[in-house]
Amino acid sequence: MKLIIAIIRETQLDQVREALIQAGVSRITVSHVSGHGRQQTEEIYRGQKVIPNLVPNIRIEIAVNEDFVKPTVDAILSATKANDGGMVGSGKIFISPLEEVIRLRTGERGSDAI
Amino acid sequence: MKITQRSLLLLSIILVIPVTEILAADTPVIDTGATAWMLTSTALVLLMIPGLAMFYGGLVRTKNVLGTMMHSFAAMGIMTVLWVICGYSMAFGPNIGTGILGGWSGWNSDFVLLSGIDEVITSGGIPEYVFSMFQAKFAIITPALIAGAFAERVSFKGYCIFIGIWGLLIYNPLCHWVWAGDGFLFNLGAKGAIDFAGGTVVHISAGVSGLVAALYLGGRKSHPHLNMRPSNLVMTLIGGGLLWVGWFGFNAGSSLSSGLSAAQALTVTQVAAAAGAMMWMIIEGFHQGKATALGFVSGILAGLVAITPAAGVVQVGGALALGALASIICYLAIMLKNKLGYDDTLDAFGIHGVGGIVGAICLTFFIRESWMTDAAAVAGGSWTILDQLGVQALAVVIAIAYAGIGTLIILVVLNKFVKIRSSAEGEMKGLDHYYHGERGYGMINPN
Repeated sequence: MKLIIAIIRETQLDQVREALIQAGVSRITVSHVSGHGRQQTEEIYRGQKVIPNLVPNIRIEIAVNEDFVKPTVDAILSATKANDGGMVGSGKIFISPLEEVIRLRTGERGSDAI
Repeated sequence: MKITQRSLLLLSIILVIPVTEILAADTPVIDTGATAWMLTSTALVLLMIPGLAMFYGGLVRTKNVLGTMMHSFAAMGIMTVLWVICGYSMAFGPNIGTGILGGWSGWNSDFVLLSGIDEVITSGGIPEYVFSMFQAKFAIITPALIAGAFAERVSFKGYCIFIGIWGLLIYNPLCHWVWAGDGFLFNLGAKGAIDFAGGTVVHISAGVSGLVAALYLGGRKSHPHLNMRPSNLVMTLIGGGLLWVGWFGFNAGSSLSSGLSAAQALTVTQVAAAAGAMMWMIIEGFHQGKATALGFVSGILAGLVAITPAAGVVQVGGALALGALASIICYLAIMLKNKLGYDDTLDAFGIHGVGGIVGAICLTFFIRESWMTDAAAVAGGSWTILDQLGVQALAVVIAIAYAGIGTLIILVVLNKFVKIRSSAEGEMKGLDHYYHGERGYGMINPN
């Protein structure tokens, strides 16, 4: 089991979700986060250009069994490539081993609980 | 000494009174009561536009809230400037042209930049400046209403140019036909097609144009399979409330007086809004098991839209019926929309178009006796409900056809020069950032 955490542009949430659902991954946790990478997004307030030092991003968490790691990563990769314009700040995917999963309602553990 | 003083006073009074009476016959005297109410109404109708901005802004997704509110605010700028340059002249100048285009629009070069009305008092006793500014607010809100139909997917530049041209070619002529003294719909039948405050001019024209634009531009990306939830219904409710408040200026101000007809319009406006809201709540309660807040404000709007053309001629019973009827039919229209799957995003057609049609047609059955008697006298004998129904139906059909076809032509031609629909990138990133470089809901994230 792996835990896949992806930090993506907030504007790309819709297309990433669509790609994930098409890849058969619908169980997902999404949160608003702010972060600082190499990205610089310009905003304009009364003619004054402002580059926020923390930019809003979206954090996606998906717990998957081994055979779903590749489809999930592929879906996120291809979805974030579309309409991206090649600018810095597309985000990152982190994958880490997952020790245990427990489903609260039934008490199931491990792969079945994912 | 005292006697001479008194006789001098008497003499001066005798001398002065006839002089002022003669002056009064030449230039209308300002009716301060009517003027005060029309100033208030003008401000109230302006209040509807930020109200509409909040109403629409709360209904779109977080990434489009500023862009959507800017549609209303941009209309305040663009339409006001156009109105004083040539809009007022086109709408309220005397008929121009002959033959088939005769009376298509008005024109009076005195009205350009309103220069000719600097000191004019209308026969109703209000300065013409006030009338002109009151009417300007209607020219602002109408194109702003259209924006609801293609929200979340229109380029800002395309929208701005579109509403400018739409105002000149669709709104001004329609306004002239229905409200100018020599407009042909104003003089249709015995006492004209009834459109007290803009059922055809404002709501039907905006609703139908919105529908045409929504169909022409196509739906939003991922519509309808992706759920798109409103960003902030609290703001929508506040906006809906402001619209209700502003509507008193819209309707009761349209009597252009401060008297009985203003009172009649004010009363039925309140009643129809309440009846519409209540009916929508009841329908939703039975149909979905829950009365939603968005449903309630939708009902308010449906009722207000339906009473708009009728406010001058119906009584309280009619207002109750029109408000309730509008909610029922608008509710069905929106269900039908969802079934057909086209993307009239914020139901500009579903509420304003359909509600306006319901109001303009069905008001015929609730006209007060005295109006029908007057109409019969003008027609020279008899004037029946059926006669008036024909006049109303004709006015509605003309408004639908003119707005619909005209909008389609404008869109097709304009689209050759400016892309009206937003780029896919802009739509995905959100109008706020892409077209304005700002964020609406900054406080959601720490920065």
